[in-house]
Amino acid sequence: MISSNLPALQVVLPLLGAVLAALVRRGPIAWLIALVVSWTMPAIAFALLRQVLTEPDGVVSYALGGWTPPLGIEYRVDLVSAYILILVSVMGALVISYAPRSVASEIAPERQAWFYTMYLLCMAGLLGIAITGDAFNAFVFLEVSSLSTYVLIALGHDSRAVLSAYQYLIVGTIGATFYVLGVGLLYVMTGSLNLADIAGRIGDIENIRPLLAALAFITVGISLKVALFPVHLWLPNAYAFAPSVVTAFLASTATKVALYLLLLSVAAMIVASVVAVFQANIKRMLAYSSVAQIGYITLGIALITQTGLTGGIVHIFNHAVMKATLFMAVGCIVFRTGVVRIEDLAGIGRRMPLTMGAFVIAGLGLIGVPGTVGFVSKYFLVAGALEKGWWWLAAIIVISSLIAVVYVGRVIEVAWFREPTAAIKDAGKPPLEMLAFTCILAAAIVVLGFDTELTAGIAARAAEVLLAGMT
Amino acid sequence: MSADSLIVLALLLPTAGAGLIAMTGRNPNLRETVTIVTSLALFATVMGVLTAVLSGAEPRTTPVEIFAGVEFGFSVEPLGMIFAVVASGLWIANSIYSIGYMRGNDEPRQTSFYVCFAIAIAATIGVAFAANLFTLFLFYEILTLSTYPLVAHKANAGAMAGGRIYLLMLLGTSMALLLPAIIWTGIVAGTLDFIPGGILDGKLGSTALGLLLALYIFGIGKAAVMPVHYWLPAAMVAPTPVSALLHAVAVVKAGVFTVLKVIVYVFGIDLLSATGASEWLVFVAAFSLLMASLVALTRNNLKARLAYSTVSQLAYVVLGAALATQAAIIGSGMQIVMHATGKITLFFCAGAIAVATRKTEISDMVGIGRRMPVTMFAFLIGSLSIIGLPPFGGTWSKWWLGIGAVDAGHAWVVAVLMVSSLLNVAYLLPIVARGYFLPPPEAKSGEPVAVTEAPAACVIPLCITAALCIVLFFAAGEVEALLAQMGMVAPTDITATLAKGEPDGP
Amino acid sequence: MTVLSPLIDHFNYFIIIFLMVSGLYIVVARGNMIKKLVGLMLFQTSVYLLYLSPGKILGGTPPIIDENFQVYSNPLPHVLILTAIVVGVATLALGLALVLRIHEAYGTIEEDEIFAAGDEDK
Repeated sequence: MISSNLPALQVVLPLLGAVLAALVRRGPIAWLIALVVSWTMPAIAFALLRQVLTEPDGVVSYALGGWTPPLGIEYRVDLVSAYILILVSVMGALVISYAPRSVASEIAPERQAWFYTMYLLCMAGLLGIAITGDAFNAFVFLEVSSLSTYVLIALGHDSRAVLSAYQYLIVGTIGATFYVLGVGLLYVMTGSLNLADIAGRIGDIENIRPLLAALAFITVGISLKVALFPVHLWLPNAYAFAPSVVTAFLASTATKVALYLLLLSVAAMIVASVVAVFQANIKRMLAYSSVAQIGYITLGIALITQTGLTGGIVHIFNHAVMKATLFMAVGCIVFRTGVVRIEDLAGIGRRMPLTMGAFVIAGLGLIGVPGTVGFVSKYFLVAGALEKGWWWLAAIIVISSLIAVVYVGRVIEVAWFREPTAAIKDAGKPPLEMLAFTCILAAAIVVLGFDTELTAGIAARAAEVLLAGMT
Repeated sequence: MSADSLIVLALLLPTAGAGLIAMTGRNPNLRETVTIVTSLALFATVMGVLTAVLSGAEPRTTPVEIFAGVEFGFSVEPLGMIFAVVASGLWIANSIYSIGYMRGNDEPRQTSFYVCFAIAIAATIGVAFAANLFTLFLFYEILTLSTYPLVAHKANAGAMAGGRIYLLMLLGTSMALLLPAIIWTGIVAGTLDFIPGGILDGKLGSTALGLLLALYIFGIGKAAVMPVHYWLPAAMVAPTPVSALLHAVAVVKAGVFTVLKVIVYVFGIDLLSATGASEWLVFVAAFSLLMASLVALTRNNLKARLAYSTVSQLAYVVLGAALATQAAIIGSGMQIVMHATGKITLFFCAGAIAVATRKTEISDMVGIGRRMPVTMFAFLIGSLSIIGLPPFGGTWSKWWLGIGAVDAGHAWVVAVLMVSSLLNVAYLLPIVARGYFLPPPEAKSGEPVAVTEAPAACVIPLCITAALCIVLFFAAGEVEALLAQMGMVAPTDITATLAKGEPDGP
Repeated sequence: MTVLSPLIDHFNYFIIIFLMVSGLYIVVARGNMIKKLVGLMLFQTSVYLLYLSPGKILGGTPPIIDENFQVYSNPLPHVLILTAIVVGVATLALGLALVLRIHEAYGTIEEDEIFAAGDEDK
């Protein structure tokens, strides 16, 4: 009974948890609920992975409410989405374990229960995006997670928090609407909203212009979403790599528009990296870096070869680990000093060596230094490009990692080689549990840079599955 | 303990030393003891490996597969062995010297200095013993990163700017050019292992080979081939022991070592001489060699002049690699050793002068030889070894390079070598001459000048390294014998090797 | 008529695009936060229409199964858009709540004035 309903539980449990957390109204109890639910999520995700592996065709399909796809909403767990589910849920569990101290310092006591409610809602949304096989359902989950994120932002102390929440709401909604617009066009062209179904039908479309418009809208919409959530999104950004959407992308790229997707990714990689260099706020810098990193992922998809796709998928995981480490390290710093401007971080490395050490390791990962997970992704991507004989593409990948050297190097230099300012000097050590989880993730960056069975191994198999579906 | 586990020990020792140094940071005397003991233990370990290698063994660790085609593992061959011996041996001298220099100059943040230093040595050993391109690349990057804090150590505006250039150029070239080169090699050859005779034979056309070689040469920024040499003078802002580390022990040596390793074990010298894919590099290296010497002439800051001298001397190694004959490769390997001892002596002297008199500009060093006779004498020895006069070690590397050039049919290279030696004379010896023969401006005529040497911890190491320059002249045979063991041609190619009358690899 | 026929054939799309662009324009051009939200809703609504209009099949009846009729309109878009409307309402509600809070904090809901006040703080 339970095992056959696991796909639904994966999303329903956090929803229920959110309601429960809202009802108890007491911060610590709400945290406990969030903690229990968040740690149940990885368990379910791993159970799903086991099911997927035992399933003969490698897909667990779950018809929500008994309505069979393509008419009804399908929850579809294949190797790729199981991978994303594990990623999101494990990260979510780690973040919630890390959170209480940071939450207590940044949010008024009577509002803390709301924080955990919204956190669980956001998780539900992200997991939903990962598990759903329906393009429109993905939009609903996108908005569930976005709306809860707006609230999370507005919960901050500052009156400016409300203002930024409003601005995020405006632009985020535009992004989401662009996404629906794209999905609508796809629907008009193919007559289906089930993404696996769309992928099957897209090949028959003669006129590619509406298809291009649809993909452009979807990509722009998702990019808007991704770029705009610098705050509180220590959670991996499932928007960017909803596996079902990836399937659709893959299908369309395989047939017609690979080059456009490729150019878009290339533009994202270069432009966003350059913009990241000029950010004064460290969170914004990391956010733009995310856009660039997502460019790597779409690039891997656009290559449509075993190696390239493996690189794209493995980078989903690797990027999540690296960015989570970076944001958690920044979280530790903000917790103790309240500083987010890079210039004001002078000397922080000497005051908080472990935290900044984690930051440096993750930053080196973004650059792609060997011995970190970033190297693994970059290796596959460059190899994928070279296999196709696309020299210019390999060149662009390495150029964008050069820009990463600049923006990561800037932080390192300020943090370690400037005299600490008074505010930094007085800063205490970050709390143990925050530091511990940051360091665990930083260690994972190095360990997984050597032991790639879990990451590249699964990614390679997922790539095989996806490519097999294409032919 | 078997030689295989000694390799691991050689890597762990400096790493553990770094940890211990960090922990004992509160007590400087204890911390310095840890540094010295670690360096001695490392040297002993490396000597242990050397004994095994000399007895014909080829120690290696079981490789760990990272993902398909990319492995992490170590194996020791003669070239890496020599590099490891040089690095670990000079680390001892450098450690003692650092203590004198850092205390004499009252530098801040000494603990982090020694920690980074130990990590840099661990990375150097990793580079020396790497069994494949990935492992080598990994330690190459660790070396860059661990030396960056050393370069920016002073943390003032100049040091930050120098450090920025250092990091950007080394990390930049390696990520932008070396990484694609490695991946390309992996795709084409299907392996990244260092195999005698190379792994690219018959896999690429000569144009593609030339291009790949260019990616390697300019990607290995540490080898400082013009125009990617620029970081080296910029890194002169670092404290002198760091400059010694950069120039003699670790960084640039890791660069040229990597170049040699790639030429011998990835391309294979037979392939290069057959296709002529490295012809262009002979010219680039020769240009770099002369140009850097000329620039050195114009520099008034002593360390800057020595830096350009290093650029020029490194070009010798690259030149030998580009010539791709056995004699030239032996010359290159020897040049790594000889230049290391010579240049570390010169830098030690420059540092000693700075500690004792605070002088950094050559024009201010008139009469310095009378104040610091021992230091200046060591400087003279180091200079003569760099120039390549007997009875100093530098003689032999130039000798073998010359033979290699003739073998490769590039007799004009011999002329380049001679001109360069003359230029070396022109930019090094006047310093000594003016130091000894002119009176210091502040001294009254007729009165003897008081001798004010740097602290003993500075002077003793530079005497040792100067003595080494002479010892190496007589011990060059051993080095040559070891280098000749290098598997330069594929083992299957034995008949061809026998016909040439060269000793075969183990 | 040949000039006008594509216009007439795609009449619904032109309406949609007009609504969409005017909505976006309001969001970008207006400084009043309530008006911005109105624009945002207009923009969203245009997308609802994009879904609904192809759902209508000429000659089709409402999708109630009856043996007298063979051609039905597509019911699915309506279901979807119902969900989208719910999402839109939630967004609007949250947006309005935020505007309320902004008004409490800054005493105005004009973007220019808020940013001007913010500059003075610095």
